[in-house]
Amino acid sequence: MLIPQTKNIGLPLMNLMRFKGLPILQQLHIEEQLLRTSSENWCIVNDGTNDPTVVMGVSGKPAELLEIESVLDDQVPVIRRFTGGGTVIVDHGTVFVTFICNKEAVPNLQPYPRPIMSWSSSLYSKVFQGIGDFHLRENDYVFGNHKFGGNAQSITKNRWIHHTSFLWDFNVQNMSYLKHPKRAPAYRSARSHLDFICRMKDYMPRSTFMDKTVEATETQFSLRPIQLEAIRTCLEAEFCPSSRFLTNEELEAAAVALQS
Amino acid sequence: MALRMWASSTANALKISCSSKPNVSLAFSLSRCFSTVLDGLKYANSHEWVKHEGPVATIGITDHAQDHLGEVVFVELPEPGGSVSQGKGFGAVESVKATSDINSPISGEVVEVNSKLSETPGLINSSPYADGWMIKVKPSSPSELESLMGPKEYTKFCEEEDASH
Repeated sequence: MLIPQTKNIGLPLMNLMRFKGLPILQQLHIEEQLLRTSSENWCIVNDGTNDPTVVMGVSGKPAELLEIESVLDDQVPVIRRFTGGGTVIVDHGTVFVTFICNKEAVPNLQPYPRPIMSWSSSLYSKVFQGIGDFHLRENDYVFGNHKFGGNAQSITKNRWIHHTSFLWDFNVQNMSYLKHPKRAPAYRSARSHLDFICRMKDYMPRSTFMDKTVEATETQFSLRPIQLEAIRTCLEAEFCPSSRFLTNEELEAAAVALQS
Repeated sequence: MALRMWASSTANALKISCSSKPNVSLAFSLSRCFSTVLDGLKYANSHEWVKHEGPVATIGITDHAQDHLGEVVFVELPEPGGSVSQGKGFGAVESVKATSDINSPISGEVVEVNSKLSETPGLINSSPYADGWMIKVKPSSPSELESLMGPKEYTKFCEEEDASH
């Protein structure tokens, strides 16, 4: 007689999509469409992305945030994404984890930025239990006072998304494309990028992090693995995502405006 | 309790109602203990307010909303001439690494947009009902206002929402 699996009875359903090396713009487009047009809960894990890419928040100003001449000279792609928050440079060393939820999915959670981050940090506390003095510090994921994960959110009337780019590893040279932002958390204490951030690989193997994140999510949701192909026909063709590449012309105009 | 009673009587004198925020230390200033809810406005359950004066209605977000959102650093608003629909998003604010949709309490044509918010988005925090107004709309269905909450109903709504989380 088969014994049914009972551990997930009563937990809300969450679809789990796992990718390896999905281009970050494609990931952002999928996320925005699921946020805006799906009524289900989603977890997306993307193990690295392809080419090094700068990703700015919705209100990011290239002239303030980027060393534009270097970005243009080296033809580094720059994306403006649909969520808030700061600027990151992502590549194959970045691990992305995203949660897209209905506002009732997490009991007693108010759909505002701080409560959502409080929830996510408690989930990741399970992942990093006993490792590296993990906590949420002024809205960043840190080990001690070193940031290893940048997160951002978008909140609609009935749903929210919280996505994170985790620095499992990074290329030192890539950080030189980013300026010290005007708006920085106090704990950064004017440190340069390299003194401010750290690599998750110094604390935990990559596959262990992803597996533990899925396990932690399973304590609150009943996870259903889904392949992208299975939902491709359901994704509305007429949906127009807002995340996009900035053109060379836009970057050049920003550089000129800065000099004048 | 004494502070709450004083606040209540002061609020009555100023013709405003207050919703309390549970679990807030009395060491905080009065303005942080209570969300302000103004008389004469109507309120949506997504925490926008609307003030209907003659042919134009002014829309913004409430004190409760701005307090929960945190410091607003960026505002996205529509262009004049566009249309808004009741319950649908017309713009967004950015705060604490999050963009949050702003939903219109009524339908109509956008006739004016608060241009000060592009340079000074913090007006939404410091003056949510006055200088932080977002758009002015010519209502297409004035009866939609009747479906919105009044000040007392909205105050109770905020208290229940905060208490349940």
